Amino acid sequence: MSPVLNNRYAIVAALALIVAILPFTFPSGYYLRVASLVWVSAFAAIGLNVLMGKAGQVSLGHAAFFGIGAYAAAIGPAHFGLPSWAALAVGACISAALAYLVGRPILRLKGHYLAIATLGFGVLVALVLTTESRWTGGPDGMSVAKLTVFGWRVGTAYAWYWLSAAFLLVGTWVALNLDDTPTGRALLALHDSEVAARVVGIDVARLKLRAFVIAAVYASIAGSLLAMMNGFVNPDLAGFQHSVELVTMVVLGGLGSVVGSIVGAVVLVVLPQALTVFQEYENLMLGFIIIVSMVFMRDGIVPMARKLVARAR
Amino acid sequence: MLVVKDIGISFGALKAIDGVSFSANAGQILTVIGPNGAGKTTLFNVISGVYVASRGSVELCGEDVTSFAPEALAARGMSRTFQNLQIFQRMTVAQNVMVGRHLKERSNLFADLLRLPSVGRQNRETRDAALQLLEEVGLRDKADVLAGNLSYGGCKRLEIARALATGPRVLLLDEPAAGCNAVETEEIDRLICRVAEKGIAVVLVEHDMKLVMKISHRILVLDRGRFLAEGTPAEVRENPGVHQAYLGNRGAKEVQGA
Repeated sequence: MSPVLNNRYAIVAALALIVAILPFTFPSGYYLRVASLVWVSAFAAIGLNVLMGKAGQVSLGHAAFFGIGAYAAAIGPAHFGLPSWAALAVGACISAALAYLVGRPILRLKGHYLAIATLGFGVLVALVLTTESRWTGGPDGMSVAKLTVFGWRVGTAYAWYWLSAAFLLVGTWVALNLDDTPTGRALLALHDSEVAARVVGIDVARLKLRAFVIAAVYASIAGSLLAMMNGFVNPDLAGFQHSVELVTMVVLGGLGSVVGSIVGAVVLVVLPQALTVFQEYENLMLGFIIIVSMVFMRDGIVPMARKLVARAR
Repeated sequence: MLVVKDIGISFGALKAIDGVSFSANAGQILTVIGPNGAGKTTLFNVISGVYVASRGSVELCGEDVTSFAPEALAARGMSRTFQNLQIFQRMTVAQNVMVGRHLKERSNLFADLLRLPSVGRQNRETRDAALQLLEEVGLRDKADVLAGNLSYGGCKRLEIARALATGPRVLLLDEPAAGCNAVETEEIDRLICRVAEKGIAVVLVEHDMKLVMKISHRILVLDRGRFLAEGTPAEVRENPGVHQAYLGNRGAKEVQGA
């Protein structure tokens, strides 16, 4: 196997290098914004990949946690006078607690049943965000206070580029750390054979719950970041379509591959921007490209690339 | 060590296991045999908590553990292997065995996420322990191969190593030699004896009669979910009821006539 794609130091160093060089190649501020969007989406996808790729449990309502994080960043400062960074932390805690409470009953379900249950949960959260308009501004959404850290107001596209990239690097590092630890091994074991995992003493219910909570916290932080970056939130952030986008990033990039989630986010964020030349056929083309890539790269982009590299040697 | 009393499980009207009792002692090999469909694997699934017993009790080292979940049984010293292989295919051979040490490891989610130095230290200890077990089952040189790439016999031995890694007092082996060639069977045969010599109570389901007769201390015969006979290999070999269960009336007569 390719050593570069497997060493966590190398992966994070390579990612940092890319992050550092990219802005010099950008002709305009618009690209900075797209790149920041990629980093934030990748952050959420990495978390979801811990649940889907490592533990092998599906969540079709994951944007709910993204939405909770986003609205925490909006509501915290607006209604409770919290600093934005504290609202981000509170949002992450709420998401973790909610994931724990919801996960306990629904993670007993398997396969399609779990998919439907998580889907229902996602719809429910989006519904609450839409209807509780006194707090959330309803379907029109609400504006979000700018982030201020130590008196420094994070406003420019450059500032957001670096901040979101910093989060991505930390998020990548943490997710990579999980491999080859007792928790990481147990997650993989659970994915390959649940019954064998139980027989060696792994408490699979607790383990699934942990993965669900980790994924929820990642999504929530990503949501808060996006909300503060855009200065605006609406219920679509928690909607079903966004959930599906997150799942697509994970699957397209490669289940279980941290780098894959980043690649998946690049594809799903950049491609629609690039496909605007097709105008009304944009979504059609996007769908077509995703179908074709899944047919020819069933394992996802990064695992596929890894295999090709291994074969070439 | 392991005492099973009057255990039974029904699937609808079918009594898959009906009032079977036996006990397994430390350092001894008890083999469960019986014709196809006798309920051997079902018996294992009931004892190891994969299925929930309809009646009867299972006692492990004096503690009533009837219908305990597999992970709870693992914590109390029961481990097993599977007839249809259940190895972790996407992990290396060494990692498979390292997972077996799960209960022996201190695991803290935050330490793992941040990969604190203690995690690395423990990883090395766990890996050393795993390598030692792999040495024992003859897979030391395959340690860093993906488990999915092992031969069939290799997988069988890997499952035993993983089960041993939990530090069991009772080990249930479900057809460890099935599908193995003569050489592989011989190796597994020796391995099982070594395991028993360590003082582990081994309960074995096996079809290979040569292997069964050679290594078992006692044999339990099941037929259609019921107890048929129990005894030493010699006793069971002479038992007409066992011949009849395996070969039918005519076959049994021929064996006794021979």
